[in-house]
Amino acid sequence: MTNPAAHFKQVNHSVTKVDAKQLALGKNSYVGDFVPSDALIVKMLWSPHPHARIKAIDVSKAEKMPGVKAVLWHGNVPRNIHCTAGQGFPEPSPYDTFIFDTKVRFVGDRVAAVAAETAEQAEAALARIHVEYELLPPVFSIDEAMADGAPVIHDEPEAHVPIPIPYEPKKNLVARVGCEAGDFEQGMKDADFTFDDTYETPYAQHCPIEPYTSLAHIDSAGRIIITTSTQVPFHCRRIVAQALGIPVQKIRVIKPRIGGGFGSKQEILLEDIVALFALRTGRPVFWQFTREENFRTGRTRHPIRVRLRTGVKKDGTITAIGMDCWNNTGAYGGHGLTVVSCCGSKVLPLYRCDNIHFLGLVYYTNLPVGGAYRGFGATQAFFAMESTIDKMAEAIGMDPLEFRRKNHIKTGEGSPVFAALGEGKEGTPMTVGSCALGECIEKGAAAIGWQNRTDWRTKTGRYRRGIGMACLMQGSSIPHIDMGGASIKINEDGSFNLLVGATDLGTGSDTVLAQIAAEELATTTDKMIVYSSDTDMTPFDVGAYASSTTYLSGEAARKAAADAKRQILKTGAEMLNLPVDQVVCQDAHVQTPDGSQKVSYGDIACYALYQKNQYQIIGTGSHITEKSPPPFAAHYAEIEVDTWTGLIKVLKYVSTIDCGTAINPALCEGQTEGGTLNGISYALTEQYLFQNGRMTNASFADYHIFSMRDKPPIQAILVPSYEDTGPFGAKSVSEICINGPAPVFANALYNATGARLYEFPFTPERVLKAIQAVKR
Amino acid sequence: MKKNPHTVTFTINGELKTFLTEPDEKLLALLRREGYQGAKYGCGQGTCGSCTVLMDGRAVYSCLLYAMQAEGREIRTIESIGTHDQPSEFQQELIAGGAVQCGYCIPGMIMSATALMENETTFDDETVREYMDGNLCRCTGYEKIWTALRRVLDRQEAAGKKK
Ligand code: FES
Ligand code: FES
Repeated sequence: MTNPAAHFKQVNHSVTKVDAKQLALGKNSYVGDFVPSDALIVKMLWSPHPHARIKAIDVSKAEKMPGVKAVLWHGNVPRNIHCTAGQGFPEPSPYDTFIFDTKVRFVGDRVAAVAAETAEQAEAALARIHVEYELLPPVFSIDEAMADGAPVIHDEPEAHVPIPIPYEPKKNLVARVGCEAGDFEQGMKDADFTFDDTYETPYAQHCPIEPYTSLAHIDSAGRIIITTSTQVPFHCRRIVAQALGIPVQKIRVIKPRIGGGFGSKQEILLEDIVALFALRTGRPVFWQFTREENFRTGRTRHPIRVRLRTGVKKDGTITAIGMDCWNNTGAYGGHGLTVVSCCGSKVLPLYRCDNIHFLGLVYYTNLPVGGAYRGFGATQAFFAMESTIDKMAEAIGMDPLEFRRKNHIKTGEGSPVFAALGEGKEGTPMTVGSCALGECIEKGAAAIGWQNRTDWRTKTGRYRRGIGMACLMQGSSIPHIDMGGASIKINEDGSFNLLVGATDLGTGSDTVLAQIAAEELATTTDKMIVYSSDTDMTPFDVGAYASSTTYLSGEAARKAAADAKRQILKTGAEMLNLPVDQVVCQDAHVQTPDGSQKVSYGDIACYALYQKNQYQIIGTGSHITEKSPPPFAAHYAEIEVDTWTGLIKVLKYVSTIDCGTAINPALCEGQTEGGTLNGISYALTEQYLFQNGRMTNASFADYHIFSMRDKPPIQAILVPSYEDTGPFGAKSVSEICINGPAPVFANALYNATGARLYEFPFTPERVLKAIQAVKR
Repeated sequence: MKKNPHTVTFTINGELKTFLTEPDEKLLALLRREGYQGAKYGCGQGTCGSCTVLMDGRAVYSCLLYAMQAEGREIRTIESIGTHDQPSEFQQELIAGGAVQCGYCIPGMIMSATALMENETTFDDETVREYMDGNLCRCTGYEKIWTALRRVLDRQEAAGKKK
């Protein structure tokens, strides 16, 4: 079979990112760059308590403070229950949030907000708000949340789930999901070796360098215009309408350039407040979280406990996999169910096994709120799975690479898990189409020098080196739920306006979609003027999440382009006086196949707009998917462990990926390098420290994310495959890479020292303790 | 409101200007208010570098400095570097190399790199890391930023040696 990618002219090329120049020049691009000089500034009074009832609140002094234009609190805002997570609709998450409530549920929950002429005046007014709290017993762990008679965190009568899924707020239970295939217990009995291990993963924050930022104003027609740093403009519009109790029609949401999101901005945390203030005051209203607020109140990665029970035969057959997950969703339940579902659905199918058990439980606690974070449950569960895979391989005396190669899913194979686990409902049966995982394993092994890997028992001395690996998968969009739309129209010079609902949050999706449209239209990417995610102007799209943009919104862009192309061909043929089946599109012309007669797109546009049988050449397309084809990856690292201090130094990290056709190889590498470093940083240093529910390290000084100096050499290797259901063979790329580092380092640490850790970050203290416990 | 008697005068991108300010106003806030918005707020605590500007040729965190500390100094911001028609060498490499993802960190990165290029003549990796370590990026893993910068520095080093 010839490689279809060989003929591509626009996709599969590292075309310059469409917004790179304006961003490199520092031109006004982000929400904070568009704040009118007369904008009011918002400051929020946050709960200092993890769990308390607000008995009384007096804002009268604050209202009279200089510069203060309005104060919002539970007594003067609509009380409409909603969910802050921007997901499908109705959401697979509980409705458990009000704009303001009479109860606070974590340190960093909303109490009251002030809008004033300056930030200093708003701050000063906050100090004058008098609140009387009745402290309630807090719940700080899954175990406490599950205990009989545990304090009830959501006792408001309105709390409910909008779709029929288990939800028992009286027991702090946010969700329960499970599936069974084959006979798990029998599978365990059939095994030669069985394992039963429990793994813990920590809280973490996405840390986009641009914090959450929103701006609202009322336009001349009286509509609310919200310019906001969001991954989900259309969900934002719907949720703000719901929270405020006003029609969607009254709201326009604009997404300018976004300073990173990684899932955190799939949540509506500021927009309802700026919108309400704008309505109340008639003034533009601006709110940007401080870094501290971004940590405390911003969304986090759900900490999850994963118990993994597995069985393996001596010949390397995996006889049983049982995964039980306990997900701490913090004070509110958004994404709780879907994240824990993905622990199963994005991890269990990777290895062939007939006997599967999966149970996911989600509980409220009085801790920071979990949300969507790149990797979305797969990150947490892969730490467990890939650690255990190494343990199984060692027990049967097989090379862990060989063991993976023998058992991983391959093209044409399915998994009962695909059909069993969806997003709040059953999943979609699926067999794997494209899969280049075998090649990823080979290439990565060569790059890291796997053949030189030796048993830990042979290693001595203070500094010991180890090599570890992990295999990974993810998905590409949510089948039958996610939808993306695009439209494209031609201009007189043969340029095109490509309007997409898809949300570029720094990932480069505007560029990728432009390349896809240009390829379909047989023109060049620089002819595309891309405008994305403006609820008044562009078609709908669910937004940037679930690894859906390239695969799903990309196909919508391709369909829109194909629609426009049909019109271009028709008009071009008319101009050339030829039947439409005798012309083709090539190099921005409609022409005869031999090129002897041709007419340019610019001339076609002028003809269609000004000369004869005038009409607008405009194409539209929307797309939903039947499948969620997994990208695959094999990750490797070589580390050096200082056995005196427990410090892990990463010598080299290799991050391979099969993302189908890489629409833009440079951007795919960039995604892979960036996500991998984020994963490395998470595995080695990132965690939330708490004192009575209050995060004690809410700054970059105390919550360390990797800098240029910390960065180890990361080698991204793109391994092509061709996914027939994706645009020009593409699958997703963005999320998968973050799942690797934690298990890779766990396995490398074991290979270096014989110490195995079931919890990270792998801080020197933790590593040292584990090394000291090793018996040789 | 009371009349504001406080002003600060400094050279900004080559122009001598006087601005109204308050004693507790940070340089970052003043710059952004006056339209120099390439410097970004990322943390306000001197820990991320997205607010980096040059003061008398040194890279500084404008979120930590009071505006009045700029009195009589020479401040340079990203607005003085490159144009749409003629981006700087480093900007060109960043753009061509796919090193700009969300871009929020990039102006700060460019200012730190400018300080590096103007203050040093040799650019061993350790010196480069020293200059660039204060600029956090969460998107790129620094790989492509590093490659772009190395390209420029290697060329400059080679040109310097020829002289
Ligand atoms: S905003 Fe100045 S260092 Fe972060
Ligand atoms: S490109 Fe997004 S923070 Fe650097």
